[in-house]
Amino acid sequence: MNILVCISNVPDTTTKVTFNANNTQFNTAGVQFIINPYDEIALARAIELTDGGKGTVTVIHVGEAANEPTIRKALAIGATDAVRVNAPAHDAYFVAVQIAAYIKQHPFDLVLTGRESIDYNGSKLAAMLGELLDLPSVSIIKKLDLDGTQATVEREIEGGKETLTIPLPFVAGTAEGVAESKIPNMRGIMSARTKPLAVVEPVEVKTLTEIISYETPAPRGQVKLVAADDVAKLVALLHNEARVI
Amino acid sequence: MSVLVYAENTGGKFKKSVYEAVSYARAIANQNNTTLTAISIGDVSSDELSALGNYGAHKILNVSNGQLKNFVNQAYAAVLAKAAEAEQADVVVISNTFSGRGLAPRVAVKLSAGIADGAVSLPETADGKFIVKKTAFSGKAFAMVQLTSVNIVIALIPNSYKVIENITNAVTEDFLVETKESDFKAMLKEIIKSADKVSLPDAEIVVSGGRGLKGPENWGMIEELAGLLGAATACSKPVSDAGWRSHSEHVGQTGIAVSPNLYIAIGISGAIQHLAGISSSKVIVVINKDAEAPFYKVADYGIVGDAFEIVPKLIDAVKAYKASA
Repeated sequence: MNILVCISNVPDTTTKVTFNANNTQFNTAGVQFIINPYDEIALARAIELTDGGKGTVTVIHVGEAANEPTIRKALAIGATDAVRVNAPAHDAYFVAVQIAAYIKQHPFDLVLTGRESIDYNGSKLAAMLGELLDLPSVSIIKKLDLDGTQATVEREIEGGKETLTIPLPFVAGTAEGVAESKIPNMRGIMSARTKPLAVVEPVEVKTLTEIISYETPAPRGQVKLVAADDVAKLVALLHNEARVI
Repeated sequence: MSVLVYAENTGGKFKKSVYEAVSYARAIANQNNTTLTAISIGDVSSDELSALGNYGAHKILNVSNGQLKNFVNQAYAAVLAKAAEAEQADVVVISNTFSGRGLAPRVAVKLSAGIADGAVSLPETADGKFIVKKTAFSGKAFAMVQLTSVNIVIALIPNSYKVIENITNAVTEDFLVETKESDFKAMLKEIIKSADKVSLPDAEIVVSGGRGLKGPENWGMIEELAGLLGAATACSKPVSDAGWRSHSEHVGQTGIAVSPNLYIAIGISGAIQHLAGISSSKVIVVINKDAEAPFYKVADYGIVGDAFEIVPKLIDAVKAYKASA
């Protein structure tokens, strides 16, 4: 059982998001980068599924050498080895083509990604990989169990959930519920330094999208406070002024 | 060229988000002086299908192949790509629902299309460009994405575009497609409907509780208020992490992003990760006993006070308002 986990390098969740150069660049000054939290869930489940020598967990990351601490963190958590595709992650399609090219050379039984990255929130990678590799994909799963070569997954839908059975190999995007993130222990941190990290060069991809600028949400006006003993006034304001009830 | 919109059904019915997507797609067709085709896949009645013509669809395609009764993203993507080719559609609009997010990227790859997921407004098409505004950084910002490809897929966030009535008297045609056995490897076993009356991503009003409510046993008043307002219930991350409420109710940066008309936050301090998930709410009400809670900085209305005092009063006030309305 060999599992590939795709990891993305994202700003820490407490980051205050600001932009540079006339709102065309994300301001990374003082920003701490982490493994995308949803990818950590994928990694944790992959480690559980291969626990006790039942297989390997490879992590793959598309990004520059500066992101290697994030890859080492994944190795410290328990991945067996790592691959870095040496190119900035231009967009989801670029990343998907790189990872699909690697998988075509090195097939895996299961490919996991996070449900979305917390920077660009695309939820695209799992489905794009599925399409590029002609494999089934499920984008936002809450549960993943394996029985031999057959998986049972639970996916969220509006107003409930669906259970699906899927034969290996396939691609899935993990959300909360699949596993609890793991914290690396000292042994993991020590061994991460010597685990293999291969660097591969990117394949060529036609660019389809370009981010040209960013905006931050319009600031809201001053909050209108209603006295605690006049709650009916809030209801009146919501009805007459805000017109939302 | 033309525009194609996918009308996703839920148990044979179209939700408001479908009519939003049809209205949005029609506006794009108007921008480009072209026509709009809507496509439905699965078991949908002819009355329900013809309703798509109330929001601007010029033509309605119905795919009622028995094998395609249940959603399988791989197989549905193949159908949509074939329909786009048949209709010579260069723009495909899909709702950014849970299923839509599994579908739209596959369609985009099939059509070699650039994709703008999480779109929140109509494209800017000046100078022959095609630029779409989408959410980024989990609601902390928006990105303007230029699509440089010939074909384009847009996944539109529910509740971000208005339903616009536009009666076309469009006729429904059956669209016949050949399916591929290998596209059906993922098999639906069971659908489990949640007990909630209103689903969170679709909700126009959301009542959300935080740690200030002290324990899961105190959610009765949250549910009662939500019930009165026809709202969905939600919670902050510490609440779902503590197991007081299900993860599917967790709103925030690593949970669900919502964009309701009204978001009522009760006993939630307003950590930056929570605010990220609710920043596109149209009106925000905060009830918190700490007047310095960061949530008040982004709220439209607020009551400073103890939730255990204020919420029962609010329930009474809503009942009184409903009785008089």
